[in-house]
Amino acid sequence: MADYRQISVTETDGVSVVRFNDQRILDAGSIQQLGEDLFQLVETEERDKLLLNFTDVEFLSSAALNRLIMLDKKVKESGGALKFCCICSGIMDVFAITRLDKHFEILDDEPAAVASF
Amino acid sequence: MANESWLWVLEERIPSVTKEGSATLDKLLTELKKQQWPDQDVFAVHLSLEEAIVNAILHGNSGDPEKQVEITFQVSETELRVEIIDEGSGFNPDTLPDPTADENLEKPSGRGVMLMRHYMDHVQYSKAGNQVVMVKKRS
Repeated sequence: MADYRQISVTETDGVSVVRFNDQRILDAGSIQQLGEDLFQLVETEERDKLLLNFTDVEFLSSAALNRLIMLDKKVKESGGALKFCCICSGIMDVFAITRLDKHFEILDDEPAAVASF
Repeated sequence: MANESWLWVLEERIPSVTKEGSATLDKLLTELKKQQWPDQDVFAVHLSLEEAIVNAILHGNSGDPEKQVEITFQVSETELRVEIIDEGSGFNPDTLPDPTADENLEKPSGRGVMLMRHYMDHVQYSKAGNQVVMVKKRS
């Protein structure tokens, strides 16, 4: 069983659903660890359907956005898919301001997101 | 701004360690909540200052804990004024590429200053580029 520090992972219908342990994805050390946890899913465990569930996440810094962009690149390179769901309005604004809402596939709720893979 | 009557002022010099920056920022957020600033203002300040402080620590001072960051917060009934100074050689924020341009959307950089400018009412870098002054008006 893989050991993660910043995320927890469950499997639903072949989709790896990732939840964040931190409400505030801001601190540089946490973001570094978060990146390592997420990259491990793709590089070591070769998971190709990733759904990041942002329930309870209240803050997201640009450094965390950068990690998500890098993760997306890795997933695409391995022929997989990365999607997001359950993003609160404050965080959704951050995605919209940076136009990353156009770059990532973002769905409202987890069942719909899982079904969309 | 010169005539503002400050209700709360905090001046700190911290080493270039991100946890130290977060601890200083937490003192401001606690004060804003105590003064019952609206949640969306606290969110905006939180996000912008985290970006600015991390920039000063990691980019300005290259994460060297021997180098200091000077942080000043001034809170009045109607606004927050922030000043952050690092020991770095500075940068010109006007030369940053637009992270929302199609060709830059997939680049994992350049969004911090943009978010600061969006969420704060005023963001001004010094000519040398190692000092930033920001103002947030209370909604």
